[in-house]
This record gives sequence, structure tokens and C-alpha cells, in this order.
Amino acid sequence: MSEAVLEPTGTQGVVNDFARDKQVFGVPWGKAMMWIFLLSDTFIFSCFLVGYMSVRLATTDPWPIPSEVFALSFGGEPIPLILIAIMTFILITSSGTMAMAVNMGYRKDRKKTFWLMVATALLGASFVGMQAFEWTKLIVEEGVRPWGNPMGAAQFGSSFFMITGFHGMHVSAGVIYLLIVANRVRNGFYERRGGNYEIVEIAGLYWHFVDLVWVFIFAFFYLW
Amino acid sequence: MASEEGQQHPLSVYFWIWGLLFVLSFFSYMVDYLNFQGNLRWGLILLFMFLKAGFIVAIFMHMKWERLALKIAILGPPVAIIVLIWLMSLEGFYVEETRVEYYGESTFEPESPHH
Repeated sequence: MSEAVLEPTGTQGVVNDFARDKQVFGVPWGKAMMWIFLLSDTFIFSCFLVGYMSVRLATTDPWPIPSEVFALSFGGEPIPLILIAIMTFILITSSGTMAMAVNMGYRKDRKKTFWLMVATALLGASFVGMQAFEWTKLIVEEGVRPWGNPMGAAQFGSSFFMITGFHGMHVSAGVIYLLIVANRVRNGFYERRGGNYEIVEIAGLYWHFVDLVWVFIFAFFYLW
Repeated sequence: MASEEGQQHPLSVYFWIWGLLFVLSFFSYMVDYLNFQGNLRWGLILLFMFLKAGFIVAIFMHMKWERLALKIAILGPPVAIIVLIWLMSLEGFYVEETRVEYYGESTFEPESPHH
């Protein structure tokens, strides 16, 4: 790619990229499409979070204190937000294993790529499991419903179930996606197609995005 | 152009960022645990959030190494969300004021959560 190395960067590069009557971004189309999908998903989650902001501002009832609602006791005093903190660390760990998988994919180390992707998927599945536990506790013990709860503003439940539900759905879809790609890495599907492992990076983009959304949910819903 | 060969970077970069994300998450948890309130709380939450988000997008999602055209096309549009946040916060405050004016202050008696 000696021709590509000479391409201008900066503003001139942007002008050239958009004006040259061919593929714009100089990345594989699958990656560009994943980025554009993630951009649209960014708007969906933003709408949810902004909706949550406006109902929380508009209600005159006190907002339940997440630190207390999501506290968990292991026999002794309840520890604030402990389960959410563990879930956050699990998701970050899975982001790290995913980044490693992408790296190993480009090194064409199929075995390590496969196992790192499986590890990522397992961490994702445990995240969803903890979320299921959290939902159950909230519904059964605290009596939180989408239309009301004993601790404060009714909008708490609807915002919570919609935002975390949609995020959990993304994690679940991601787990399935990762397992499909991991299996294809293992059985040599990509090897037979010229040994191109970009798909691992594309799946990784999706996974990191799920982690990214959680960063915002954690900050705005649980900590604010 | 990095993308022709794929995004290959030394593993140490990922380990550094991985560690940083753990530390930043720990700090943001501490904001709650140590019960900071007011502007200090909100400022720290936003600071740690943007740092984490930035590192994830720049390093883990490789945006740092992509061409400027892709960076602008993907990171530019979300800026519009700031306008939505601004408009909806005006709306939110306004609705609360009208509720207080017409229905009066809340008479809700909260129960504390049981564990």
C-alpha cells in the first residue's frame, strides 16, 4: 500500500476522502456500517436518557435514592450500589478480553481469539444474570413497578426498566453475536475466506459500545 | 493506512487502558460510597464518565487511529444531542413549575427500601 501511505491527512485528507468518488473512509465496509449502526444506537440511548432526565426534572415527588434502592446486604449492613459496581467491573473486564481477542485475531492466533471471545461472552452472560437478579429483587422485594413504587416518583420504575432493559437486550444480543463469530473463528470459516479477521474487530466495536452505554447509565441513573 | 493491515497495536496499550478504566470506575463508585453531594458530586461523576467514555472510544474502539473523515462522520452528529438535552431540561423545569402551581407541592410519603 505505498500509494496509501502518501495520502494526505488532516483537513486535506477529509476533503480528499469525501471527494474522490470511491469508498470514503478507507475502512472495510462492514466496519463503516457497524460504526453507522452504533451512531444510530447512540441516538436511541440518548433519547432514553434525555427522556429520563426530563421526567425526573418534571416530577414533584421525591426521586428514590439509587444508592439506597440498589444497596445489597451480605448479612451485615447494606453496602450501597455494590451489585451495580460488580456489574460495572465485569463489563470492563469483558471489554478488556474483547480488545485482546481483536488483537489476537489480527495476529491470526485462532485459538487465543476463540477463547478470549468465549470469555467475553461468558462475562456478558453473567452480567445479564446479575441484571435479572437485580430486576427480581426490585420487583419482588421493593415493589417497583413501571407505574409506581413505594420509595418515590412513579417515573423511577418506567425509566429504570426501559433503560436497563434495552441495555440488557443489547448485552444479550452481543453474547449471541460473539459466540457465533467465535465459533466461526474456531472452525476455520474465516481461514477458508482468505484469513481475514476484521469481523472480530467489528464484533468488538459492538461490544465496546455496550460497555460505553453502561458508562453513561451508571453515571446518570445510578450515581446522579 | 492502518486499516488495510487491520488495527494492530502493542498489547501494552490495551493493558494500560484496561487498568485505567478499572481505576476510574473505582473512583466513580467512591463518589457514591463517600457520599459526596452537590456540584462536587455531579462534577466528579461527569469527569470520570467522560474520561472512561473517551478511553473506550479512542483506544478500545480504535478511533484514535482512524482517518479524520471517519472521526468527523461518527463523532460529529452526537453533538446535536446537546441541543436536545438543553431543550428538554427547559421543558422539564417548566413542567415541574406548572405542576407545583396547579397541583401544589407533593404530598408523597416515601418509604425507605427494605433489605
